[in-house]
Amino acid sequence: MTDLTVELPGLDLKNPIMPASGCFGFGKEYAQLYDLSQLGAIMIKATTVETRLGNPTPRVAETASGMLNAIGLQNPGLEKVAGQELPWLEQYDVPIIANVAGTTTEDYVEVAKAISEAPNVHALEINISCPNVKLGGITFGTDPDVARELTRAVKEVSSVPVYIKLSPNVTDIVSIAKAVEEGGADGITMINTLLGMRMDTKTGRPIIANITGGLSGPAIKPVALRMVYEVSKHTKLPIIGMGGVTNVDDVIDFLSAGASAVAVGTANFVNPFVCPEIIGQLPERLHELGFDSVKELVGRSHRL
Amino acid sequence: MIKQERMQVVKQQEIAKHIFELTVQGELANEMAEPGQFVHIRVADSFEPLLRRPISVASIDMEASQFTMIYRAEGRGTGLLSEKKAGDLLDILGPLGHGFPVEEAQKKAYLIGGGIGVPPLYELAKQLNERGIETVHILGFESKQAVFYEDKFRELGDTHIATVDGSHGTQGFVTHILNELPSDFDTYYSCGPTAMLEAVQWAYPQKKGFLSYEQRMGCGIGACFACVCRTTKSETDYIKVCSDGPVFPAGVVIS
Repeated sequence: MTDLTVELPGLDLKNPIMPASGCFGFGKEYAQLYDLSQLGAIMIKATTVETRLGNPTPRVAETASGMLNAIGLQNPGLEKVAGQELPWLEQYDVPIIANVAGTTTEDYVEVAKAISEAPNVHALEINISCPNVKLGGITFGTDPDVARELTRAVKEVSSVPVYIKLSPNVTDIVSIAKAVEEGGADGITMINTLLGMRMDTKTGRPIIANITGGLSGPAIKPVALRMVYEVSKHTKLPIIGMGGVTNVDDVIDFLSAGASAVAVGTANFVNPFVCPEIIGQLPERLHELGFDSVKELVGRSHRL
Repeated sequence: MIKQERMQVVKQQEIAKHIFELTVQGELANEMAEPGQFVHIRVADSFEPLLRRPISVASIDMEASQFTMIYRAEGRGTGLLSEKKAGDLLDILGPLGHGFPVEEAQKKAYLIGGGIGVPPLYELAKQLNERGIETVHILGFESKQAVFYEDKFRELGDTHIATVDGSHGTQGFVTHILNELPSDFDTYYSCGPTAMLEAVQWAYPQKKGFLSYEQRMGCGIGACFACVCRTTKSETDYIKVCSDGPVFPAGVVIS
């Protein structure tokens, strides 16, 4: 029997696969298609204190083997997420990782404190890496001192373990990872999207209304793998890896690079059944590669 | 129910300039409930292009488990789609969204379409006629070369064609035809460019109308929040074209 289980701070996962935040809403759309209890966990859409309408359209643009998005953290706000979305998800046997966003430290603290008390929220993912909002987001994730202090502030109020979601839009991602480790983070999730642009060739105008957007999809997998590899080498924090995962071999690669679990993002838009499909294929693929458990694979590239 | 299926291409042909008619077969066809719903197609098994393409359904044949789509091949995705041949398999997700409510029409309905917004009106016209509703079709195209399904619509009711360059039918837009027609209908249904939808709403503020909107989409099922529009129903929320629409009652979408 292949062992797919993964134990991480706050998270006893039946398998290492979870949909990434922002690519799965609050689960309702995908619940029409399959039983969400199959998933290792669910990273729900970023939640802010107040309702956020997000950015004007167009918000997405396709690129070579990828896509740009600039949704801008549209969400119904803390009250509705805690009062409606999370209770609805309680019908499924799946731990929720709540993605927390804000424009000030106080925002992050307020959301983190309240949302971490929901019974099915087993961990927080602190979004210091959203590239699509003018205030907050990425500004917390590009300076190690700011990232460390925010981590401390959130850790103080959270009732569940805290994972910090790192931005790839930095020169030295290891320094940010080390800073959040010093700040008391329980884990890291990485990577968020890479800042990018697409032009309308005829008019010369950017296609995304926000001018820039975050690049995701298979195009970014090599960057994500490199960063997971570097961060896992230099910190002791467990990593939930993501960036361009579309199939079971991508999952194997992220585990090998040092991730303990893997999130699937954009691929959910291409194949809405991608998460359960990967979970179904994982035992056989592990067996073919000569492994009995997911845990054996974690960080194997560092041991070769 | 939404299904994902590798459906078999039965037939594909170019029926007007860059306009393709594609018929597929499979169990998914039996899930089709309303005219105006759409399907989301993966045009390649690779990740280039990455995203699915939303395509509207022009007619449904439940007995044969088939449906027919009409689309314009204008970009990379639809270009690849236009190369599919009978026997090929196509990864299709659907049916998606909310279509036109046929039960809303009482006696007579106007069906107003522009360009690639015309296809879903054909299945709508068929279903309305089956219910004994008289349908009048007002269809706008760029030019004579771009006109399709004129005869098929004519079989179902009065049909008026406008072309922008005047090479066929009335010169101008559908609104030029509407100005000349009596307002003796109870319900209108419309699909086409946003400017046309706006003009149609302006023309008939007192009538019951249903409009099908277009927006750049990501997932097609409501999860990615790409295809949002402002709405008159709420100042604090958007509506999603893919899952709340694409068909909305007149007056709901702020475009």
